[in-house]
Amino acid sequence: MFSVARNLRRNGVLGLNERNADFIMRLNPRRYYPRVDDKALTKELALKAGMAVPDLYGIIEHQGQVRQFAEMVGDLRSFVIKPAQGSGGDGILVVTGRSARKRDSFRLSSGVLISKGELEHHISNIVGGQYSLSGGRDKALIEYCVHFDPVFADVSYQGVPDIRVVVYRGYPAMAMVRLPTRASDGKANLHQGAVGAGVDMGSGVTLEGVLNDEVVDEHPDTGALVAGLQIPQWEFILETSAKGYEVTGLGYLGVDMVIDRDRGPLILEMNARPGLNIQIANGTGLADRIARIDDIHDVLASPQQRAAIARREFGLERGS
Amino acid sequence: MKQRYVYVLAALLAVIGLSVFLYKWQVLGFPLSEDQEKPVWTIESAVRFNSGPGSIKVQLHIPTLTPGFRMLNENSVSRGYGFSINYGSGGREAQWAIRRADGDQTIYYRISVYEDDSVDESDTTPPFPPLPVINEPLKTAADVLVADVRDHSADTASFTTELLRRLNDRSPDPNVELLLASVRNDADFVDIARTMLAAARIPARTVHGFPLAGRQRNASLVSWLEVHDGDQWLYFNPATGEQSLPDRFLVWWRGNEPLVNVEGGSNVEVDFAIQENHLDAVAIAETQAAQRGASAVDFSLYSLPIQTQAVYAVLLMIPIGALIMVVMRNIIGIDAFGTFMPVLIALAFRETKLLWGVILFTTLVALGLSIRFLLDRLRLLLVPRLSAVLIVVVMLMLIISLASHRLGMETGLSVALFPMVIIAMTIERMSVVWEERGAADAMRAGLGSLFVAIAAYIFMGIAWLEHLIFTFPELLLLILALVVLAGRYTGYRLTELRRFKELSAD
Repeated sequence: MFSVARNLRRNGVLGLNERNADFIMRLNPRRYYPRVDDKALTKELALKAGMAVPDLYGIIEHQGQVRQFAEMVGDLRSFVIKPAQGSGGDGILVVTGRSARKRDSFRLSSGVLISKGELEHHISNIVGGQYSLSGGRDKALIEYCVHFDPVFADVSYQGVPDIRVVVYRGYPAMAMVRLPTRASDGKANLHQGAVGAGVDMGSGVTLEGVLNDEVVDEHPDTGALVAGLQIPQWEFILETSAKGYEVTGLGYLGVDMVIDRDRGPLILEMNARPGLNIQIANGTGLADRIARIDDIHDVLASPQQRAAIARREFGLERGS
Repeated sequence: MKQRYVYVLAALLAVIGLSVFLYKWQVLGFPLSEDQEKPVWTIESAVRFNSGPGSIKVQLHIPTLTPGFRMLNENSVSRGYGFSINYGSGGREAQWAIRRADGDQTIYYRISVYEDDSVDESDTTPPFPPLPVINEPLKTAADVLVADVRDHSADTASFTTELLRRLNDRSPDPNVELLLASVRNDADFVDIARTMLAAARIPARTVHGFPLAGRQRNASLVSWLEVHDGDQWLYFNPATGEQSLPDRFLVWWRGNEPLVNVEGGSNVEVDFAIQENHLDAVAIAETQAAQRGASAVDFSLYSLPIQTQAVYAVLLMIPIGALIMVVMRNIIGIDAFGTFMPVLIALAFRETKLLWGVILFTTLVALGLSIRFLLDRLRLLLVPRLSAVLIVVVMLMLIISLASHRLGMETGLSVALFPMVIIAMTIERMSVVWEERGAADAMRAGLGSLFVAIAAYIFMGIAWLEHLIFTFPELLLLILALVVLAGRYTGYRLTELRRFKELSAD
């Protein structure tokens, strides 16, 4: 037991207690939490900083507005409903189409048909605070449904695969791609059974994946190899993530991005308590990279410079 | 930097908690375990006499310095007499006085003592005694004896032993025979020995008391010889010269004044009765601390009304449960619903007992969950839905109680002790997790909660731990210190060793 702990320590693996005590509490001032916990605010800040985010169709702030939902979506065939203060992907509904016969029926990403009434109930729940971190009142965001880039088509089962970058003091430290599975119900959340694949910081090529804390080579539903996929616009993704530090002021930050077929990488949300599964997905610990960033940290470096440094420092050596 | 503050704070809390604890345990004698009882001896002295025509004054020597024993309490029963305690040359004297009394009189004085090794002879060093005035021909005999004994001894102790050996010799030499000619009882004998020691300028005195053993109706006083060797008082058996004190020897008074002195009365008799009781050690410690004026007792929980005590006996175990919770969550890494839900469930288990507690809790949550899923179809808003779940939980508790009562299982009634709001919240949280993360996650966290609750129940139910915390509430500071330390524990959680096993390669 102790030898396992010693090996983990030597391999620079970060534990939950250490993450909470040494990074989140030290680097993430409580007063900045709303910037990431309230997705409406995140979106506003990101737009101001010139970052690309999915379009917002409307915000439902109280029960009375729930009925305006139909007006907000209008004739849109696809959209996403999410709680502004949700966590871990809970409470997000992805509508990908409408029933051909009944206009009031919506098709979810899982293929299930759902009535307008059921959607309104879901929105009511969101506004009532069922998915809110604090348990208090919440807002429901209705926004653009990302048409994801075909690069991950073979390694996703429904839903939207996303890219998580952990940014430490403004420097991208580690990244992974989260691929939805049948078990995760189309959600890109490792807790719910999505596959996580590590990413080579230098090139943006995926490494082997992890499913429920076990290393896997293939996607469990499609059987396609997870490793070796080139993430498009990798440099831009890293630069955008690095910019997340300026936007939020959080020193230990998770930036979640999706790649839209038409609009390129978009920021979905940011997280003040990014999980530690990313270490398993990458097969390496965070602590060493964090120590390296502490060494080379430069307050004056621009996001572009920090992204470049991260690519240079943490990229795998490739070559003959 | 902050890390150091944490250590300093934890150390400070631990030191304060432990030092108060040690003071109460070692100095005030609060017992560590619950059923610790100490033997307490009650010695009752009855002074009987025939009253004379005029006023009566009774003086009785009572214990003052009692090595090896500590006084718990004392009182006097004497109808109509004025009572006071004075200090005389032989120690404390109880004094009773009355203007007129008719017929036979009995006055009682009662003292309770218990063993306490820390009570020592805190007497002052006596001056060298003056040379006794002895008339011839005894003076010559005494001088010869003292000179002879001095030649055969090295120090005060050996002088005393040698002197007593000679005085006790079965075939005494003529000098000793002459000196002992007037001895009528033990006390006289000890008095001769004392005079001889005084002739050698050795401070000595007679002590009178009892070896305490069980119940005695007519305990007889034993006279012992006490000799000061310049540093401390030594005890000698006057009959053998052995340097010892009988087991559990309670010193009643010192000196050669008579035990009792009655002015205006006749046919004086003093009886001693000894009784051994067993008293709760906590009660003894409190009485003693109160005598010393120690403020620790003012804050003792034992001074609260009994009902409040019962409440605190339970409440004080919650920090133990919280500590278990911290260990389970942050050091072992078990998932559970709510921060303190398992601790509150463990509290309910205390009343229902474990098996029934687990059965009732599982039934309640399972029924509540199924009804919660039914409610889900009605698409209620959050707060009304939570309230509905709460009402359903209350009704379920009622039904379980009624059903089990009908079936003659009275344990089912104790379901009412479960914290219903907490259970309702648990059901809600569990159903949300069930929907969002699937049944497996919900069951895992549910079982985790139950496991933590059982662990907390087991620790909170340890009787000696409960007694320890109740008697020494300052130990909560120690628990606080541990929790504060755990708050800065940045090592791996036990479950993470498994979770990150892929990364633990050499």
